[in-house]
Amino acid sequence: MEVHVDRERCQGHNRCYALAPELFDVDDLGNAFELNDGLVMAGLEEKARLAVANCPEYAISIKE
Amino acid sequence: MTAHPRPPVIDWATDFDHTDPQWVADPYPIWDELRRACPVARSERYGGTWLPVRHRDVAAVAYDTEHFTSRSVVVSEVRPGPDDMPAPIGVAPPITSDPPFHALARRLLLPAFSPKAIAALEPLTRDLCRELLAATDGKTEFDAAVEYAQHIPLRVIIGMLGFPQEDADIFRRFIQMILEDVGASAAHRQEQMERGEIDEYIDARITEHLAQPRDDLTTFLLEAELDGNKLAPEHVRGTMVLLMIAGIDTTWSAIGASLWHLAQHSEDRKLLASKPEVMATAMEEFLRAYAPVTMARLVAKDFEFDGCPMKEGDWLLLPFPAANRDPEVFDGADDVRLDRADNRHSAFGLGIHRCLGSNLARMELRVALEEWMACYPDFELVDPSLVTWSAGQVRGPRQIPVRILTKAG
Repeated sequence: MEVHVDRERCQGHNRCYALAPELFDVDDLGNAFELNDGLVMAGLEEKARLAVANCPEYAISIKE
Repeated sequence: MTAHPRPPVIDWATDFDHTDPQWVADPYPIWDELRRACPVARSERYGGTWLPVRHRDVAAVAYDTEHFTSRSVVVSEVRPGPDDMPAPIGVAPPITSDPPFHALARRLLLPAFSPKAIAALEPLTRDLCRELLAATDGKTEFDAAVEYAQHIPLRVIIGMLGFPQEDADIFRRFIQMILEDVGASAAHRQEQMERGEIDEYIDARITEHLAQPRDDLTTFLLEAELDGNKLAPEHVRGTMVLLMIAGIDTTWSAIGASLWHLAQHSEDRKLLASKPEVMATAMEEFLRAYAPVTMARLVAKDFEFDGCPMKEGDWLLLPFPAANRDPEVFDGADDVRLDRADNRHSAFGLGIHRCLGSNLARMELRVALEEWMACYPDFELVDPSLVTWSAGQVRGPRQIPVRILTKAG
C-alpha cells in the first residue's frame, strides 16, 4: 500500500500529520508530504485510511 | 448597537438574514430546510446576498477565486469603497486578498502558525487554562464562557503580538464592533470605522515596537520583506487587525460550544472523563457540529452559479457550519458522535483561504477541554435558557452559566 499527498490540493489542514505522523510530515509552511516515498508499513494501513478519510481537501490518495 | 433594527424573516429562501434572532438562536433547521428546498437562497438584505448551504456548493465557491473575491469577508450594509485597499490586497491581508498577491502575504505568515511552531505555545496555554480554572475554585456556579473560554485565545494572541495583557478589554470591544454589530445601519457602521480607534491603537503599538524591536509577531511583520521591500504600513496594520480579530472570538466560540454540549450530555462527559484519548476525535466532532465561522465573498463578475444569476458586487455568505451538517457528506450529520473516526469537516474553510490559525485554534481547543475535564469532569447548565449566542458570522455561546457537579481531587 502507498499513500500520496497531492501538493496542489493540500492546504495545510494537517489532519494527516496529526493522525499518522509515521506516514506524513509537514514543511515549514505546514503543507503535508508523504514519508518513505509513501510506502505504508505493515500495521499502518488503518492510519493511512484515516488520513484519507479526514482530509477536508480530498488531497490524499491510496494505491493498493 | 444591540437592538435589532430589521424586520423579522418570514421566508428564509428569499429573505434570509444571518442576524435574525431565529438564525442566531438555532440556524441548523433553517439550513436543513434550504438544503432540501432551495440549495442557494437569495435575500435582498444588505444590498443583495446569496447563501449556498450544501457542502458541494460551499466548496465550489471556496475554490472559485475567479468569480468570487475576498475583498470583504464580513457581510454588512457597507461594501468596500473607493478609499479602501483594492483587490488583490484588501484591507486585512491575506484574508481579504485574492490571487496572486494572496499567496505571497500568506506564505509570510504560515511559518509562525505551522504545527511545529504552535506546539511550542502549548505549555504556556496549559498554564493559562489552569490559572483560569484555579480562579473558579470554590464556586459551585459560574459562567464557562465569560470566566474561562473567552480568555484563552485572547491572552494567547495578545502574547503572540507582544501587546500589553491589560488591553484585553480593548480587544473585546474591537471584536464586538467588527464582527457582531453587522446588523447596524450603514451610517452607524461608517461612523464607527471612521472614528479610527482601531488604527490608532495599532499605530501606538507599532511605534513602540519600532522604537524597541522584540521577539514577537509585531516586530516580525515590521521587519518582514516581500520582493525585497518592507511591507506597506497599511499591509502591516491590516494583518495585525486580522490576527487580533480572527484569532479570538472564533476559538472562544469553539471552546464555549464544546463545553455547552458537554454540559448537556452526561454520557459524553463520562466518556471523556474515563477515556481522555477520545479527545482527538471529540474535538474534531465539536468543530464539525458547532463550527463557528461563516465566511463571505463578493461576486467579482456577473455569472451564473447553480442556475442563480449572480451580479458583480452581490454578497455571498459561505456557511462552512452548514456544509458540515450536509447529510450527503456526513452520516448522521446532526448527531454529535465523539468517536466519529471519518470526519472531513471544513470548520477551518476550504481552498487557499484555509484558516491560517487552524493549528493554533486546535491546540487551544484541545488544551482548554483537557484542562477543564481534568478539573471539572462533571457539570451541567444552570438553566439552558440563560445561554446566549453571538450574532453575525462567528457563532458561539457568549454566556454559559454552569453548575459544577464534581471537582477532581
